[in-house]
Amino acid sequence: MSFFIETLVGGLLAGVMYSLVAIGFVLIFKASGVFNFAQGSMVLCAALIFVTLREKNIDFWLAALVTLAIMIALAIAIERIVLRPLINQPQITLFMATLGLSFVIEGISQIVMGASVHELDLGIVDTPIQLGDIQVSQFDLVAAGAAGALVVILSIFFNWTRVGVALRAIADDPQAALSIGIRLQTLWRVVWGVAGFVSLVAGLLWGSRQGVQFALTLVVLKSLPVLIIGGFTSITGAIVGGLIVGAGDSLAEIYLGALLGGSVSSWFAYALAVVFLLVRPAGLFGERPIERI
Amino acid sequence: MSEPILRLRDVSLSFKGVQALSALSFDVASGEICALIGPNGAGKSSLLNVINGVYRADAGDIVFEDKRFERIRPLHAARLGIGRTFQHNALFKRLSVLDNVLAGLTRHSRTTLVEHALGIGRDRSETRDFGRRAADVIAFLDLTRHAHAIVSTLPYGVQKRVDLARALVGRPTLLLLDEPMAGMNQDEKREMSRFILDANRSLGTTIVLIEHDIGVVMGLSHHVVALDYGRKVGDGAPEEVRNNPDVIAAYLGAVH
Repeated sequence: MSFFIETLVGGLLAGVMYSLVAIGFVLIFKASGVFNFAQGSMVLCAALIFVTLREKNIDFWLAALVTLAIMIALAIAIERIVLRPLINQPQITLFMATLGLSFVIEGISQIVMGASVHELDLGIVDTPIQLGDIQVSQFDLVAAGAAGALVVILSIFFNWTRVGVALRAIADDPQAALSIGIRLQTLWRVVWGVAGFVSLVAGLLWGSRQGVQFALTLVVLKSLPVLIIGGFTSITGAIVGGLIVGAGDSLAEIYLGALLGGSVSSWFAYALAVVFLLVRPAGLFGERPIERI
Repeated sequence: MSEPILRLRDVSLSFKGVQALSALSFDVASGEICALIGPNGAGKSSLLNVINGVYRADAGDIVFEDKRFERIRPLHAARLGIGRTFQHNALFKRLSVLDNVLAGLTRHSRTTLVEHALGIGRDRSETRDFGRRAADVIAFLDLTRHAHAIVSTLPYGVQKRVDLARALVGRPTLLLLDEPMAGMNQDEKREMSRFILDANRSLGTTIVLIEHDIGVVMGLSHHVVALDYGRKVGDGAPEEVRNNPDVIAAYLGAVH
């Protein structure tokens, strides 16, 4: 039994790591109704900047601050250069723009900072802690703590303020939002800036686990089922979806893997997502569209 | 009539060679209800879109409250006090009626993001004030029982009222209504007319509206501008415009 619980807890904590990436998607989806394909590149970009600064022996917090400043500058540039000319275009156009954006960010990041694998040490001791019968990774606990803190801050910001209403308004009809005086540009900058911050946190944690390298952009693939299960419009959904994917992955690997000959975790989350698409297409916490026909 | 609040001078607009508006000039007096009439494709909606900056005029000036613009942008127009509704309701469909109306108050917010997020400083009084203003407008337009309904679930006629509520709550000095009565039956039109008249009288809002029903236009407006193929064919008091041979020709076809 304690082995089951240990697997479950380990899986839940690993799932939080996917949630961290998924939150970035949710933010931008809420504010523009667009799936931001460049989220993975932003994670890579933030991690690369941070690790490059650290390798130049810059203090941890200073490096984090400088990286954040660059990510916010990037957000403002994206709003000005990519998003503003596309106001009122179909959402597929915006989506294609983020696809292009992802190549630009990846390319420039690697031209400037190189494509080699960097090791990133956040100074978190990764010795397992004994909790009763089970062992828990200290690193995973830190990641879970970071995700929890992010969720609280973002929920206050987006759910308890009129900013949330303005954001949903923009996602519904940008032109009407402008015509009643909502500062679309400012809000887009804020949201992309916050998504940049979330990318930084995700980039640091993923980077220190996998090494900072191009493959970091592939983390987003694993956050897709998280989004489908949790719902594209809910930060809570991103967390719950992450937990389900994480726990499902590690339990399936252990208990199904033995029957099917292993590597279940490479497809289990996607299979789960397909089931959700069939049963509950808007996800657990997503807004179900209500349309009067 | 009082001072013009809006003056258009030689405003032209074309789309890929199709002339939507040609050298159009007229004034809207402060406090009046001005109706734009004309057959489909006459350029009425284009004109509203130029006034609040959705389209950019190729030539000409727009003077609003003595400020001259070659180009005004929708956000800027809203902040100057130009409110509008849309021909095809551009409401925030997934939001409740109340949230739609609250969104209409955005331009009046004086609190910073930080104050607002933490609920400190002026935020409390502003939130209370916004709630009251939204409730007032919702009651004014007889929408109270729908306040918490999601907009996309409401009938079209009610949605039209929500669109008006969202525009009115911001207390615009100039309100542009693009076919506020499209698709309504006579009762609904009468009701909508009453709301528009009330807004004009009790709030002093200057209104420019587009309407096809000549009966409604005659009863509602102080001033009528008739367009045909992007040109002005009539401009004056409702009776005068109705009897103008050019306007009759535009509607019924000229006798050759």
